[in-house]
Amino acid sequence: MADIPILQIGDCLLVSIQVDMHDRLALALQDDLTERIVADHARGVMIDISALEIVDSFIGRMLNNIAAMSRVLDAVTVVVGMRPAVAITLVELGLGLTGVRTALNVDKGLALIRRIIDSPERDDADRVR
Amino acid sequence: MSGHRSIILSLITRHHQRLLTAWLANLRRDARISDPRRAAETDELARRFLEEFRRGEAIAQFEDIHAAEWQPMRELLEDLSRDRAVQGHSAGETAIFVLSLKDPLFALLREDLGADADRLANKTLIADRLIDRLSVFTVECYARAREEVISRQQQELLELSTPVVQLWDGILALPLIGTLDSARTQIVMESLLQRIVASGAEIAIIDITGVPTVDTLVAQHLIKTISAARLMGADCILSGIRPQIAQTIVHLGLELNVVSKATMADALALALRRSGKAITDRKQPAAPEA
Amino acid sequence: MQTEFDETMPLRTSDDVVRVRQAVRARAVAAGFSLVDQTKIVTAASEIGRNTLDYGGGGTLRIEMLRNGRRRGVRLTFTDQGPGIADLTQAMKDGYTTGSGLGLGLGGAKRLCNDFDVQSTPGQGTVVTIARWT
Repeated sequence: MADIPILQIGDCLLVSIQVDMHDRLALALQDDLTERIVADHARGVMIDISALEIVDSFIGRMLNNIAAMSRVLDAVTVVVGMRPAVAITLVELGLGLTGVRTALNVDKGLALIRRIIDSPERDDADRVR
Repeated sequence: MSGHRSIILSLITRHHQRLLTAWLANLRRDARISDPRRAAETDELARRFLEEFRRGEAIAQFEDIHAAEWQPMRELLEDLSRDRAVQGHSAGETAIFVLSLKDPLFALLREDLGADADRLANKTLIADRLIDRLSVFTVECYARAREEVISRQQQELLELSTPVVQLWDGILALPLIGTLDSARTQIVMESLLQRIVASGAEIAIIDITGVPTVDTLVAQHLIKTISAARLMGADCILSGIRPQIAQTIVHLGLELNVVSKATMADALALALRRSGKAITDRKQPAAPEA
Repeated sequence: MQTEFDETMPLRTSDDVVRVRQAVRARAVAAGFSLVDQTKIVTAASEIGRNTLDYGGGGTLRIEMLRNGRRRGVRLTFTDQGPGIADLTQAMKDGYTTGSGLGLGLGGAKRLCNDFDVQSTPGQGTVVTIARWT
């Protein structure tokens, strides 16, 4: 069971979720990420879910957990690449991605992280949910 | 039960040309087919219909036309009904195709069994019932096909009435016309999200000038659409809020959780500002294009 | 109504949940569902499948592909012999959004389906039946 690779792009970490996740993998990812955020002094965490055909409450909770832990470590979390069918289903499911910002793709995600980090006041109230 | 079957089927086989001619004559008269091309189609269908009867060995009974041996006949009638439904002919016209066979068939039976009143009455009744069953089946197929046509048209109408327009780089507008029910909301979400992916837009202006009322349900649908767009990385601005709508929203205590503007113009101005764009005056207005 | 497919699979490990998603996706595609409808039924199956595993102590999933006239459907029956659901109303609440984790989130899964039914006897087990149609 391979762990999920975490790439570093400047002061951001990029995680690309390609496989069907189950509990151990999700926990391992959360552990790895928190360690890396600290080790690499990361200001942003980008989670690419463009390969996910399904996002259920389990994945949703994982994303929320990652966002919460990142925030405690003063890093911004952006989820990118959500598929339209997944977005429509998530909305119907009523799953709220709290504290998770979203962007269309990795490029825009990085730009968003930059905007948030570089702005004088962090717009936490804005664009949440 | 083979007695009646073989008489009716053998009559159809022996006199099939006469039967066909009489049937077609009835069809032209009753169905009022004037268009020669349609007449030719109908002739062909009638020919094939009688052909199925001629292959009568397989047909063991007349009571259950949903049995396997009646499949070729059913398929033929289904094709006929579907064709008529798609072209917009009436259910009656479609039923008449099968029903017009009664007169010539009964005439054949009278000719053959005329002397024996009891048997004639019996066979006529059996033939009558069979043709009724076939025509009921035909009308049922027609009705189903009509429903499909209507449902497809409804779908097309829904899609046409939810255009997504690109106002500027990265700014989309979704003018909603008419009520927002759950079916419509699904289509709206799909159109909007697809457009967001295709254009990379980060702002979507949802204009509800054309939405007559905003109640709790409509508000829920709007919230869903806005949430879905946000998940794709696009922020929404609601515009076209009429004064009465504003009152209703407050009155019902609806929390839309989105920036809203009275007009699309205001929304566009905001969207441009957010995108870091500004509109300035030129020294000389450009001449209108010839 | 005709049944065009009928198979039962085990739901005892998290790998089984992955298999369940794949199997349900395959049926949804075979039934001609749109991409959004496919996603909805597979997501609902993932939600309920996980419940069966986490709260029901594991069980089975019966997948049926049905035809009713021109409409085709996929029906899923999740069965477990677990503790059962004592408070159905609570179970239908969205546990994850409130963060309390008390609700099973069945309400969310219900919104993703056309048909939804829960039969549960505390101490004996639970049967959740869902279906989605074209």
